[in-house]
Amino acid sequence: MLNDSDRIYQNLYGQQDWHLPGARARGDWSNTAELLARGRDAIVEEVKASGLRGRGGAGFPTGMKWSFMPKQSDGRPSYLVVNADESEPGTCKDRDIIRHEPHKLIEGCLIAGFAMGAHTGFIYIRGEYYNEAARLQAAIDEAYAAGLLGKNAAGSGWDFDLYVHRGAGAYICGEESALLESLEGKKGMPRMKPPFPAAMGLYGCPTTVNNVESIAGVSTILRRGSAWFAALGRPKNSGTKIFCISGHVNNPCNVEEELGIPLKDLIEKHAGGVRGGWDNLQAVIPGGASMPILNKTMCDTILMDFDSLKDVRSGLGSGAVIVMDKSADVVKAIWRLSKFFKHESCGQCAPCREGTGWMMRMMDRIVQGKATLKDIDLLEQITKQVEGHTICAFGDAAAWPIQGLFRAFRPLIEQRATDYQPPSLVQAAE
Amino acid sequence: MAKVTVDGIEIEVPNGSTVLQAAEAAGKEIPRLCYHERLSIAGNCRMCLVEIEKMPKPVASCGQPVGEGMVIMTDTENVRKARRGVMEFLLINHPLDCPICDQGGECDLQDEAVSYGRDSSRYDEAKRAVAQPDWGPLVKTTMTRCIHCTRCIRFSTEIAGVPELGATARGESMQVGTYVEKALSSELSGNIIDLCPVGALTSKPYAYTARSWELRKTDSVDVLDAVGANIRIDARGAEVLRILPRINDEVNEEWLGDKSRFSVDGLKRRRLDRPWLRENGKLRAASWEEAFAAIATRVKSTAPDRLGAIAGDLNDVESLLALKEMFTALGSKNLDARQDGAVFDASRRAFYTFNTTIAGIEEADALLIIGSNPRHEAPVLNARIRKRWLAGGFEAGVIGVPHDLTYATTQVGEGPDAITALLNGSHPFAEVLKNATKPMVLLGAGALARPDGAAIHAAAWQLAAQFGALTADWHGFNVLHHAASRTGALDIGFLPGASGKATRDMLTGGVDVLWLLGADSVDTSAIGPNTFVIYQGHHGDAGAARADVILPAAAYTEKDGTYVNTEGRVQRGYAAVKPPGDAREDWTIIRAISAYLGHALPYDTLAELREHLAAQYPVFATIGDVRRFAGTDLTPPAGDPAAISAAPFQALFANYYQTDSISRASPTMAACVAAHYPALAEAAE
Repeated sequence: MLNDSDRIYQNLYGQQDWHLPGARARGDWSNTAELLARGRDAIVEEVKASGLRGRGGAGFPTGMKWSFMPKQSDGRPSYLVVNADESEPGTCKDRDIIRHEPHKLIEGCLIAGFAMGAHTGFIYIRGEYYNEAARLQAAIDEAYAAGLLGKNAAGSGWDFDLYVHRGAGAYICGEESALLESLEGKKGMPRMKPPFPAAMGLYGCPTTVNNVESIAGVSTILRRGSAWFAALGRPKNSGTKIFCISGHVNNPCNVEEELGIPLKDLIEKHAGGVRGGWDNLQAVIPGGASMPILNKTMCDTILMDFDSLKDVRSGLGSGAVIVMDKSADVVKAIWRLSKFFKHESCGQCAPCREGTGWMMRMMDRIVQGKATLKDIDLLEQITKQVEGHTICAFGDAAAWPIQGLFRAFRPLIEQRATDYQPPSLVQAAE
Repeated sequence: MAKVTVDGIEIEVPNGSTVLQAAEAAGKEIPRLCYHERLSIAGNCRMCLVEIEKMPKPVASCGQPVGEGMVIMTDTENVRKARRGVMEFLLINHPLDCPICDQGGECDLQDEAVSYGRDSSRYDEAKRAVAQPDWGPLVKTTMTRCIHCTRCIRFSTEIAGVPELGATARGESMQVGTYVEKALSSELSGNIIDLCPVGALTSKPYAYTARSWELRKTDSVDVLDAVGANIRIDARGAEVLRILPRINDEVNEEWLGDKSRFSVDGLKRRRLDRPWLRENGKLRAASWEEAFAAIATRVKSTAPDRLGAIAGDLNDVESLLALKEMFTALGSKNLDARQDGAVFDASRRAFYTFNTTIAGIEEADALLIIGSNPRHEAPVLNARIRKRWLAGGFEAGVIGVPHDLTYATTQVGEGPDAITALLNGSHPFAEVLKNATKPMVLLGAGALARPDGAAIHAAAWQLAAQFGALTADWHGFNVLHHAASRTGALDIGFLPGASGKATRDMLTGGVDVLWLLGADSVDTSAIGPNTFVIYQGHHGDAGAARADVILPAAAYTEKDGTYVNTEGRVQRGYAAVKPPGDAREDWTIIRAISAYLGHALPYDTLAELREHLAAQYPVFATIGDVRRFAGTDLTPPAGDPAAISAAPFQALFANYYQTDSISRASPTMAACVAAHYPALAEAAE
């Protein structure tokens, strides 16, 4: 279990002051100018050495992402964009960071902006996070008033401006290129890649899009050193991560823990255990709506980090742990996710636009017990036809929960199918 | 250049090419529904997926740039599987109404489904169906068939510059539409019918008329404006059913204006299909013999200098030459092809052609439009200007009526005095022209038709010379005509000879026998009651209404003819169908009557006539090409640049859709006028 002293977010629960004085008391902004004085390359190297992987879901090494930004401008400005469009069902970590530790994020933006040569940062915040956006803006205003942002930010000699932009509530705007489109004022639809944002991002300029949690942790990593961060967790999965535990647990919560903690420990130590005890556990979605579901056998031993979950063909995603006990209808739960993905598909490319609706409707029939064994195979094939054939990863996200369900709960679904009496048979029997 | 391997074939393609282009270069066909060479890349249909070595997932080849040493596989089992999957998705919500769909037979989705479709559907859920919005008289929508490729959206936003189409809602509820239901207002809207890969957007006037395989296809040239867009005439039996653009990168790329495309139903209405004679104030049907006799009697009793001919806007060069030579043989010098009354110096070709050329617009970096609305007078050419503007580093100024030209313009002034302001540098746009390396001056036909046309002509030339538009490798002086026959007529000198009378004089009693060769836009009310009017043409329009003798002739779809577009490009059109009834090709009518009048013209076949034409006027020896002038001969056209008046320029015509006898006879064009110019339509009723 993570020592309290090793927690990056000392005020995750909002028991202390979120304002600038409170943040300073926790060490934020203490020696920002000194950190920046190390130089751009040193910061990137330090972040690389820490092994920090993006906390938004894909787990791409943050330092490496920064290093893709052009060292020398060709006349175009570089931009830092922070993805605070936290829309993944079950995920609420960025929300608490913004609520209770906004200055960690703001300081992280300055450091990251400096490290990638950006004088401007945008925080694209989910539209529903109205109060959070207001608080973040208030914190930014405090930082400007204290000279921590703007010209010669925090006395570092680096000019940095930070803007908050509120989204309009589309899940797909959490996809980085759709986010950029939305930020530019267009319809939030993912772009084709290449070109990648580091070459052509916001307004066609080099841009890096990072998750809130990735950016907010950077200042602590620099202060405490990459070795400290890298020592936490497991190899290639280092550091701490905020897990959002929800569902059938006694004490749903956000908690910062080391990567690689066993799922069972995570749930029992922090969330008060599964409702009705561990043996009452039926399934866990380990990383937000788009990650494949795990059954109890998998949950008994699984470690919560990127690679362990990948090994069981699931994923850490955003770290949203959704727990279902035996009272839950897992098929219906996944149907609900399918419905969500059908609703949130941007409609741009064919497999996702047409496939999400088809998958939802077939799931609907499976839930109602109106599907045959053949339908199950067909649905599995359809998920494969969507997966990997779309412009962005949304197609994968919509396909995986169903594939995961089939892997983890195949007997349950087949049971429903074999119990099914097609109306023609029922009529014949009568 | 990058070296790539496509299905084992090593080829070199330019850096920045896409994988799809590389595959095409290697002769591999990649299915595509959303990709189009002239539009931005959307990558949303996912049919063009290919495998690339070292890439984990299939890649959309339309948007993937090639890399050195890339190994591309376009036809593996994985690729086929991926495409079959995509095709299945495209088809689940696509109605299987091919038998009643107008796109059937020329449908990209149908074609691709042959290769990648399943024999039966696995989709057991309810299919999507959406409303059919009304997009006006030209484009018929069946949006249930839409596969959301967004070609129409990209066309209207990028090429047409009228961003009125877009997608609303998302996911499977996404719909392509006009946001608020309305008639499409672009003059190029018909092109989205060609672009639509499925039957979602089809031609409204052509609906349920024919199948593509029943049509006889004839290459030709459009005559409803002076751009000379290359077209394909689709006919069945004796009827022209539709007109489509043909690709010619130097002229119209692959676009066509709505008037040129949809006026086709005007070719069947108000046609003159037999000769008519006016007796006791009333027209009666007559035979060719009677008509010729009536003309001969009148012509022979009239002094040669009291004979005159005015040619209209839709004529081929052959008939113009025949008429000119007949009148010359009769001893008359009263000839004019400028029914708008434009009088300006046409002594050198550079004075009256679009010297920059249409493709050359893409090299220009500044443009001054004088007295023209290219969006109405030449929509396809206007799209070229917009294309140049989109590429950046291009500024356009306008002297004349302010219009939305689909690109940003600086309004320099509304009258010719603004030219003076530019010449003396008192308007800031002069600075733009001065700094440009390849500036263009575009002089509209409307400006030349004014009483001070010659002065404006000279002033515009002076402007071009002063701002460096005339150099050894750039000719930036351009006249944008609207009449398809104008440049050709000027080329063969269908103009008043020495002491000959021009249009205005001929109309107002200058002649006793007036031959109108398809001239319908002259003010026929000015013709005195004692003038004997011979109308030769194809439509019962203004000219025929005033005529004493009507000679029925062929429309452009019914005759082989040579046309010169505003650039001076000589192009040939071919007959798709026969003229109706007793109507004949124009030059044969003139040839016949010349013999009747005792001055038989020296050619019996079209080939002989063309030989004769090219011998006298060498420009007609080269078909299809245009010679770009160097702007080195700085001799200005005759005309006093200072004689310009202050009267503001006027629009050349009140509406885009009906400007000539064909489009005036077209119910479709009338419907467009009703949709877009309600006040005009009401006035007409």
